[in-house]
Amino acid sequence: MMNNLNIMLPEIFLSLSIFTILMLGVFIKKSFNIIFNLTSLIIITTIAIIINNPDNEVKIFLESFTRDAFSNYFKILILISSLFVLNSSKNFIIENKLDKFEYPIIILLSILGMFFMVSSNDLILFYLGLELQSLSLYILASIDRDNLRSTESGIKYFVLSALSSGLLLYGCSLLYGFTGSTNFDTIAEQLNTENVGAVFAMVFILVGLAFKVSAVPFHMWTPDVYEGAPTSITSYFAVVPKVAGLALLIKFMFIPFSNILLEWQTIIIFISIASMILGAVAAMVQKNLKRLLAYSSIGHIGYALAGVATGVISGYQSAIIYISIYVIMNIGAFSCLYLLKKDGQYKENISDLSGISKKHPVLAISLLIILFSLAGVPPLGGFFAKFYVFVAVLEQQMYTLAIIGLVTTVMSAFYYLKIIKTIYFDDNVITFDPAKNKFAQLSIILSCGILLTFFLYPSVFNNVAITLFNS
Amino acid sequence: MIEIGLGHYLSLGAIIFFLGVIGIFLNRKNVIVILMSIELILLAVNINLISFSIFSGDIVGQIFTMLILTVAAAEAAIGLAIIVVYYRNRGSIRVEDIHGMKG
Repeated sequence: MMNNLNIMLPEIFLSLSIFTILMLGVFIKKSFNIIFNLTSLIIITTIAIIINNPDNEVKIFLESFTRDAFSNYFKILILISSLFVLNSSKNFIIENKLDKFEYPIIILLSILGMFFMVSSNDLILFYLGLELQSLSLYILASIDRDNLRSTESGIKYFVLSALSSGLLLYGCSLLYGFTGSTNFDTIAEQLNTENVGAVFAMVFILVGLAFKVSAVPFHMWTPDVYEGAPTSITSYFAVVPKVAGLALLIKFMFIPFSNILLEWQTIIIFISIASMILGAVAAMVQKNLKRLLAYSSIGHIGYALAGVATGVISGYQSAIIYISIYVIMNIGAFSCLYLLKKDGQYKENISDLSGISKKHPVLAISLLIILFSLAGVPPLGGFFAKFYVFVAVLEQQMYTLAIIGLVTTVMSAFYYLKIIKTIYFDDNVITFDPAKNKFAQLSIILSCGILLTFFLYPSVFNNVAITLFNS
Repeated sequence: MIEIGLGHYLSLGAIIFFLGVIGIFLNRKNVIVILMSIELILLAVNINLISFSIFSGDIVGQIFTMLILTVAAAEAAIGLAIIVVYYRNRGSIRVEDIHGMKG
């Protein structure tokens, strides 16, 4: 029994610390700073606990909870990205009067939900983890409660996300009925192409998961929520839940649905192509940077799903590499948004970037690196991400998917280059306030550094990704 | 007298489920109605799970139902809270009025 508890030590530690800092927050006045620093400390401690745990595969509690290399990798990725997102947005939170002590606590709660999502081996645990994450995200989207746009994005996210949870749950109930179990391994044994009801259930579950990673045609909430929510929340939305959602998608394809590959493959290919095309086309006309990043993230999820669509382990690995590099690029891109401050107001329109290369050469060059990397220009990190996905897709002879992917890459380069043109060749309008946000600058430097030097050792994520599916 | 079997329960579940889904999309009046539709969807899932559980003699489905009920309550609470803060800012919760962002 004690041994079992050791295996889920990261989750236990995280939940106990959440209770503790919640109590601290209630009893200490003006506690945002203390709670915020404690949150960073908790995240770092949890990373240390996970790294110190061995990562051989163990299943506990009636095989409903797994600890393996796969879940540990995603947990560390989730923790590191939320650490960077939280700390680089601290100044933004305080200046926009969002500094309520609940803010970091709700972020920790959503991280706990994602932990259970990526570790679950049972429909019940998976559903509870997903809901813990979603309920926290509803609150986060509308955290700026005196702001019309923030509350509106909260309502939109709530309604559509609750609908998708409902669809997903209906799929879970059918899957339970037609396979007779909620355990992923048993479902994998029972599922086959003759089991029509279970295939039907698979479609419902895929719809729910596609919604969580904001893939077309279930993306309608993304631009509105990204634009309406405060930038600090948007950067969290763009990075962390996407990682957890993709991990869950890969897990579902790899364990319970592995026997009905042909059935789900067509659906994922369609979702992937639609996301890539919409991400490239709809972003062209955007004027708001956050909205543009929303469409760009829809496109990027399309590429990651192209890796998943191959249905083989090398494809899943390429999707994992893709999402890891996507995290690095997006943390850098959103950290740049925190530096676009003029007289205490944060600017978020593309026209505000006009000609900033003259006054802010360092910011301009970092944006250049990050945007080139998002567009997939060699030799930056984003190019290798796309490269691995396309190699995996071509190995499976899925030429249509690869060709459409390449075409949309070129199309999406158009709007990234348009921003770069605005930065470098247009007339200067705005001089931003001198940057005081040290951690955002640090994240930009780290992100640009990794993206620039990625070609020196491009197999760094490969070596990790290969170990994830050994079980 | 017809024998009421698993199929009947599943049909009932499916009908309530689609009523809920249609309620979300056809409703143009009030956000509270959407909240009720979401509850309908979750209840349809509960009917499904309980009937599967009874007819297969496996208790897990009923445990799952208990947990879904709990989650549904939490979801309704958060949904209502968000609607209240939105109403304070906008002065209306008509679905047609929720269109501040487009594009």
